[in-house]
Amino acid sequence: MPRMKKVEKVNDVKGTLVNLFKNLDKWRYLLIVSILLALVAAILSTVAPNRLAGVTDVITEGIKPRVENIEVISKEIFKHSNIKVNTFGNSMEDTNYLDMYNNLSKDEKLALFNEFEYKGVLISKEDQVKYFDSLSTVNKDSTDEALESFDDMPKSIKSFIEPKMNVSDLKIKSIILGIIYLLNSLFTYIQGIIMAYVGIGYSKKLRQSISRKINKLPLKYFDSHETGDVLSRVTNDVDTIGINMSNTITSLVTNVTLFLGSIVMMFVTNPIMALTAILSSIIGFVFSFFLLKRSQKYFVQRQKELGDLNGHIEEIYSGHNVVKAYNGEKSALEEFDEINERLYDCNRKSQFLSGIMQPIMSFIGNFGYVAVCVVGALLVMNGKTSFGVIVAFMIYVRLFTNPLSRIAQAMTTMQSILAAAERVFEFTNKDKTIIKNFSAKVKAGEKIAIVGPTGAGKTTMVNLLMKFYEINSGDIIIDGVSIKDLKRENIHDLFCMVLQNTWLFDGTIKDNIKYNGKDISDETVWEACRIVGIDHFINTLPGGIDSVVGDNEVISSGQKQLITIARGMIEDAPFLILDEATSNVDTRTEELVQKAMDKLTKGRTSFIIAHRLSTIKNADLILVMNEGNIVEQGKHDELLKKDGFYAKLYNSQFQK
Amino acid sequence: MFKLFKNLEKKDYLIILFVSILVVFSVFLDLRIPEYMSEITKLVQTENSTMKEILTSGFYMLVCAISSLICTVVVGYLTSLLSARFSRSIRRKIFAKVEDFGIAEIKKFQTSSLITRTTNDVTQIEMLLAMGLQMLIKAPVMAIWALTKIIGKSGELSLITAVGVIIIVITNLIIISIVTPRFTRIQKLTDKVNGVTRENITGIQVIHAFNAEKFQEDRFDNVNDEITNIHLKVTRTFALMEPMMNFVMHFQHLAIYVVGAFLIINSSMTDKITMFSNMVVFSSYGIQVIISFLLLTFIFMVAPRAKVSANRINEVLDEDISIKNGTFNGKTKEKGTIEFKDVSFKYPDADEYILKDISFKVKKGETIAFIGSTGSGKSTLINLVPRLYDVSDGEVFVDGVNVKEYDIKALNNKIGYIPQTAVMFTGTVAENVSYGDKDGEKPTLEKVKKAIDIAQAKDFVLKMDNKYDAHVARGGTNISGGQKQRLSIARAIARDPEIYIFDDSFSALDYQTDLTLRQELKKYTKNATSMIVAQRIGTIMNADKIVVLDKGECVGIGTHKELLKKCEIYKEIALSQLSEEELENA
Repeated sequence: MPRMKKVEKVNDVKGTLVNLFKNLDKWRYLLIVSILLALVAAILSTVAPNRLAGVTDVITEGIKPRVENIEVISKEIFKHSNIKVNTFGNSMEDTNYLDMYNNLSKDEKLALFNEFEYKGVLISKEDQVKYFDSLSTVNKDSTDEALESFDDMPKSIKSFIEPKMNVSDLKIKSIILGIIYLLNSLFTYIQGIIMAYVGIGYSKKLRQSISRKINKLPLKYFDSHETGDVLSRVTNDVDTIGINMSNTITSLVTNVTLFLGSIVMMFVTNPIMALTAILSSIIGFVFSFFLLKRSQKYFVQRQKELGDLNGHIEEIYSGHNVVKAYNGEKSALEEFDEINERLYDCNRKSQFLSGIMQPIMSFIGNFGYVAVCVVGALLVMNGKTSFGVIVAFMIYVRLFTNPLSRIAQAMTTMQSILAAAERVFEFTNKDKTIIKNFSAKVKAGEKIAIVGPTGAGKTTMVNLLMKFYEINSGDIIIDGVSIKDLKRENIHDLFCMVLQNTWLFDGTIKDNIKYNGKDISDETVWEACRIVGIDHFINTLPGGIDSVVGDNEVISSGQKQLITIARGMIEDAPFLILDEATSNVDTRTEELVQKAMDKLTKGRTSFIIAHRLSTIKNADLILVMNEGNIVEQGKHDELLKKDGFYAKLYNSQFQK
Repeated sequence: MFKLFKNLEKKDYLIILFVSILVVFSVFLDLRIPEYMSEITKLVQTENSTMKEILTSGFYMLVCAISSLICTVVVGYLTSLLSARFSRSIRRKIFAKVEDFGIAEIKKFQTSSLITRTTNDVTQIEMLLAMGLQMLIKAPVMAIWALTKIIGKSGELSLITAVGVIIIVITNLIIISIVTPRFTRIQKLTDKVNGVTRENITGIQVIHAFNAEKFQEDRFDNVNDEITNIHLKVTRTFALMEPMMNFVMHFQHLAIYVVGAFLIINSSMTDKITMFSNMVVFSSYGIQVIISFLLLTFIFMVAPRAKVSANRINEVLDEDISIKNGTFNGKTKEKGTIEFKDVSFKYPDADEYILKDISFKVKKGETIAFIGSTGSGKSTLINLVPRLYDVSDGEVFVDGVNVKEYDIKALNNKIGYIPQTAVMFTGTVAENVSYGDKDGEKPTLEKVKKAIDIAQAKDFVLKMDNKYDAHVARGGTNISGGQKQRLSIARAIARDPEIYIFDDSFSALDYQTDLTLRQELKKYTKNATSMIVAQRIGTIMNADKIVVLDKGECVGIGTHKELLKKCEIYKEIALSQLSEEELENA
């Protein structure tokens, strides 16, 4: 077949992408809105850690005692005390003075100080004594003890020294951060909903256009293509596109933004730490890309092996009777084992490689974390950055490492989407194929029998007549009008067709007989059933004429044939095409069918693909076909006299 | 599902045990990491800590991370090994089991369903094992362990974590309960989309002929609309999941910070630092707890589907095979004889008999033919000989031995069976003709060529590329129905059987080929016994014996001439095909 190959990989990436986008129609705008939302959400995600750093800074501020105030307060106390500064020294650190002070009695201590007001707080004599008492016990080497001594200080003085958190600042920053988180989730949700509409609506459209296409394609297409292939395009390929496209596009947009955003934000927050974070992750990325590529290879191989296995199983299961009768079980199992073993191998490898992606990524995250902490700590000690920045970077490291692996994953999914899309478009953009031509002449009201061995082209003949196939030279003239000038629908209105293929759809008997006909009364349906002779049978069914055909085993193939004849009966057309089915109708039912068909041919110009001698003998014209051509034509007796192909064919029935 | 897992071997259990130990260890390591994190945080916080201390803690943290990575990689290796091993062995078991099935069992399950059970359903289980096993062990261990790390440290912060977990669990449960039943519906609708499309393709001529394109498109649109709507509902529900998770995680983080801040303000200076590090610990362990609950809900999402698959697989594996193998494989006194003694047949659950009290005997070299209307039981009757079905009552003898006593392989060695629909396998023409096994022997190429010649297939085979080595595509799609039928007959001839069974095998052939083939075959197989089912009088009228069947009963046995005289039904059939004059001439 021209232009038809099994497509495993995408041949035309750009073309397919363009096609994909063109076909989006009204969803294009929704898609853009959704991408914008994803973008905003991603930006919010990158901004959030920076805001969180602010909150953390406020909190850390709240745990550091304001040690610098100790000196300020002490000086203030001295200033108001009866102690001359020069005799008592500048600070309490002077141990001699401290010892002296400690040896004083409480009253003596009280006598040293005077009550005064500092920054609106009244500091009593007692508080001042208590303050110096607690200060004097401080053990400089123990932080915990120092903190304990702070706790012992009088309230009035403690309020200046204990850590002070800026609560209003904390509130504002937290609320802002909360809003960011809320908006982020909200946008992600709205974006997800929009994407759902785009992806699912789009797959619905694709499915629909394939379904429409089926009815527009020349029949020839289905001669050379397996039904399963088309079905697979309607379901598997469309699902691949629909489900994955929305996820993948969102994922790509979100993660690229997150990735770039986090890089920008890191550099904005602190360039040195940004470099640290990026450098510490690079090795990990290289490694995981390598892994991803390898696992991809095994995934592809796995699909192939799975396909092989499926094929083998299908073959053996459906040929089960032959396998058994010929003792073929062992060789079938051997082949199965062989493919199963290969599948096992790919399964194991692909599963393993894809499975360790996550732990490796999380290790990279941890590694980056330590690197950031160490460098951060170094910077904090040198006073070049704040603790909040470190906290922010802890999150940036994760924000930065996650997207890359997701981007890589999205790219591979995109590959499969494109492959699927190509298969779908290849179908919906299909060109028409043309096959070879015939010639014959028929008068009105005649009964024409078409005979010939299997594969002689009898069905092709009918297909040409019905304009199922296009003719490329010569002409078919119906009622003096060229078939080329007639629409296929018009031709079909002229013909009534009953085929060997007893095709019934999944519906009630009544619906199957009415089929496409409009304004057909139930009486007309019953009349047709009566003429064909299935009225009794229909009445014996529990559901009567509303019984559902389908997996209904009660209805035999002969009865199905009669239903299709009834269907033909209802269509009031001047021409009749009849394929006398023999193989699936028993001889007794066949007689019924025969009678029904005779009634059907009355008053119509009929073309009959004949299997029955009685039909052939009283035909007005017999077309004898062999190997795609009409080799002889004429009446029965004439042809017998000729002693040619027909005679041989006819006589072969009586030879021993 | 547990029943299916009983198929695990000892080695598999060892792997599971080892995986469990490693997972517990890796959880231990994973949970040590936040401890080092908070230690590093504390060190960075404290003014007089040295760089060396930070580096030491960082080093330990990395050691934990690397060890955890190694553990997880080994676990990954082992679980992929386990799941691949398990699926391999289950697939094989199903395949071998189906090979043992009789037609009755195949019909019960249907071929397409058996195929899905062997591939798709096994893949579902494999996925659950590969991803679920690790999570199933990890999630509860991690949740409990992480909880012990934070429990008792701060009531308020614990409460926040608990609220987070509860919200996550509840939302997930709601999402799962909305989504799961719809997944089943989607699966069914996908079948329907397939069905309507298949219907459209197979009936394309009729659809065109009746101008019913619009009608058919509307039918398709109905299903398409329905599946789209459910898809939308499911996807919309799922769309809630990610933002919800992020929202809860972030808000929990923020809430821990804010509440932590107020706790810090209200605590004594001694406790402030402890409170702060508690806060940091909570924010990281809290996330661990939430993640482990997420893992669990994931399992609850996959498990129901896997369970359905497991049940479907078990159904196949547990199916009782109705046809029990016999042991006889020795020499028989007679050769090429068949006898039916009062044979009746009905399907196990059916009330009506398909065959009733059939008796006849065929001698070596004779041809017996069966004719009758559809549903008269012809095919069923001859399928009783190679035991594709077993009789319900009565006995069938081949070479004087009851077919039930034969080792089926030995019985099959005597038979050349040609089914109604020709079956082709992927491979070459020669491979297809020499298909099967007869005491480990394969027909020679000479014999294959001869068989192809007799089956009137030589002409078209020689026209193919590579001739006898020409490729036959899957299902024989590259050759026509009549050609397949001829190759299928050649396959039986190459087997050199004592008994030929033709189940309406000539229907796809035209009269001419039909005749020549039978004449050639007669010449070649003078000593072989033949059983023929046919619709055409021409095909069978020369048989030594013709059995006329009607609704499962034998209404006449005899030669063509005899039956014309004494059997009304036979006469009816004959006259419907040939005129009286033609019958006389014959």
